[in-house]
Amino acid sequence: MTDTARVLEIKNLHARLTDGREILRGIDLSVASGEVHAIMGPNGSGKSTLAAVLAGRDGYEVSEGTVTYLGRELLAMSADERACEGLFLAFQYPVEIPGVNNMYFLRTAMNAQRRHRGEPELDAGQFLKAVRAQLKLLDIGEDLLQRAVNVGFSGGEKKRNEIFQMAMLEPRLAILDETDSGLDIDALKVVARGVNQQRAPDRVIVMITHYQRLLGYVEPDRVHVLRDGRIVQSGDKSLAVELERRGYGVLGDAA
Amino acid sequence: MTGSTETLRTVRSLSQEGYKYGFITDIEAEAAPPGLNEDTVRFISAKKEEPEWLLEWRLAAFRAWREMIEPNWAKLQLTPIDYQAATYYSAPKQNAGPQSLDEVDPELLRTYEKLGIPLREREALAGVAVDAVFDSISVATTFKEQLGELGIIFCSMGEAVREHPELVRRYLGTVVPQNDNFFAALNSAVFSDGSFAYIPPGVRCPMELSTYFRINAAKTGQFERTLLIADAGAYVSYLEGCTAPQRDENQLHAAVVELVAHDDAQIKYSTVQNWYPGDSEGRGGIYNFVTKRGACRGARAKISWTQVETGSAITWKYPSCVLEGDHSVGEFYSVAITNNRQQADTGTKMIHIGKDTRSTIISKGISAGRGQNTYRGLVLVQPRAQGARNHTQCDSLLIGERCGAHTVPYIEVRNPSARVEHEATTSKISEDQLFYCRQRGLSVEDAVSLIVNGFCKEVLKELPMEFAVEAQKLLAVSLEGSVG
Repeated sequence: MTDTARVLEIKNLHARLTDGREILRGIDLSVASGEVHAIMGPNGSGKSTLAAVLAGRDGYEVSEGTVTYLGRELLAMSADERACEGLFLAFQYPVEIPGVNNMYFLRTAMNAQRRHRGEPELDAGQFLKAVRAQLKLLDIGEDLLQRAVNVGFSGGEKKRNEIFQMAMLEPRLAILDETDSGLDIDALKVVARGVNQQRAPDRVIVMITHYQRLLGYVEPDRVHVLRDGRIVQSGDKSLAVELERRGYGVLGDAA
Repeated sequence: MTGSTETLRTVRSLSQEGYKYGFITDIEAEAAPPGLNEDTVRFISAKKEEPEWLLEWRLAAFRAWREMIEPNWAKLQLTPIDYQAATYYSAPKQNAGPQSLDEVDPELLRTYEKLGIPLREREALAGVAVDAVFDSISVATTFKEQLGELGIIFCSMGEAVREHPELVRRYLGTVVPQNDNFFAALNSAVFSDGSFAYIPPGVRCPMELSTYFRINAAKTGQFERTLLIADAGAYVSYLEGCTAPQRDENQLHAAVVELVAHDDAQIKYSTVQNWYPGDSEGRGGIYNFVTKRGACRGARAKISWTQVETGSAITWKYPSCVLEGDHSVGEFYSVAITNNRQQADTGTKMIHIGKDTRSTIISKGISAGRGQNTYRGLVLVQPRAQGARNHTQCDSLLIGERCGAHTVPYIEVRNPSARVEHEATTSKISEDQLFYCRQRGLSVEDAVSLIVNGFCKEVLKELPMEFAVEAQKLLAVSLEGSVG
């Protein structure tokens, strides 16, 4: 595979919180276009920190290492620039924005990204058409779109809404931060269907998860185990099954 | 784009560097000598060729004012106002009372063009009649003829005094008496012009009426007076917009607005205030001391105040409703933004007198920079107001660490059957919200603007549709530089 097919290339990434605690201690990860990777690990291993650092959240300091995204230095870009360049983060805890209509929010986001790419903005009609096509897929009622962003949404609704946003924004790199947590089996299936539908040759999906459960519905190309801020083991989907069966404790020094 | 949109668009724009309407029109003005005494009052009245009764009315106000002291209960810090240093009358020099726009000084028309206010009727699109007040004088009122066919009177206050003295005399000062408060008394003594509207019984005013206020001359106070009367069953929606040049000294604006709604009448009064707010260090800016009050005189009358207050160094303003008629309704929807060193002390008074009167108060205060924002409101239920109801909601949003938000509600209930609710919240724009928006591709500014607009939604939706869009943009501009 050539280097241009590498969507994401993380080398020796170290990151610490503003209080000095080091959370990521040398992450190496390479993801090629079209691949789905799963990053698993126990609580506190640094999974969500990795997602936050990649998405450009404030409050983390990268002390070492590089992240190359589509050939560019990702860490030099602002959070919104990363988003406009096709990086999408499905939040573990989607944030409420009172008074802002969910549809309006999404359209504002889409048009911000389109402007960035030099494409014309979508008018209400075009947007609505695109929305309707995705709604059915994710079993989302239109009423959800008319409510304020995440306000009063159930856990399942919030996660479905994240996947819906992902489907609409068509990212190059989608990072799903524990999208499976807190979902009942039906919601999990819907989310998995959405993710599977988003698999595409020009897209990378990185799923961060604590459990193997989601991987029963979305088959990853690679599975990585994160522990104490490092990737300690990588393998194919069978690694996830083994982890589920034997627990994270099997990996070297027991937790 | 309708004319009203343009009114708003012009009123938009500020931020310390970017106050777009800070220009000064170079026009020859005729002014009263600085200072305030009975002679000043006589000068103004004479200039306007007013009838004797009005001069006496002004003098009574002046004498009351002399005995009053400036109110100091508001949470505002300001440099003392030297009332003797200000000029109380400044008018663009031209033949008094232009008969048509062709007689208006072209320099003035250019000013309004720069502001985006269409004064030429053929250019103004349907939907809005505009009365433009420049310093002390109303320079043009558009669409007068079309409105006249319906019996609607819409003109400058000066013209109303000349042409409809019986109406002016019957209503002037009946809602806000001359001695109501220090600033209202001052206004009553020296008011120079303003707008007047009368909607006859059963008539629904087919277009937005709009007044555009502009302070131009230096060291000049603006004291306009607006009087709107909706007769039985009439309806009118009225929009007021304001800007002023950028100057280093503070300028005083002390207006009075009186609304009268008879049986089943409805008045919707919307304000988008974008007076020059001063620079980031608090130099200059308008001192805005305004008395606005509406009387629901008749049964089932309704008065709604909607205000978007983004400008002024100091805002002191409490648009109120006196609910005299049974089943009458008062509403107050407010968004007030203070950024940099701006201070706002604003709210409303709902006075329940009639039976089954209802009032709603929704106030959204946004503080950024070193801004201080106070909601001050009174809900008063009189003994006769059986079954009165009020719902009040006061929400404050803080942006940054150095601003302040304060809520001072006064509730006085003298009828046991009344139901009064008060809710208040204070929140901050959270890092989580900002990051969520930015992760979807929004810039910091767009994210703040989106969150703030969401916060203000309940108020913005009360504005006429096309104004709401412009008001949203104004909010965004007002908050520029407040984050990051």
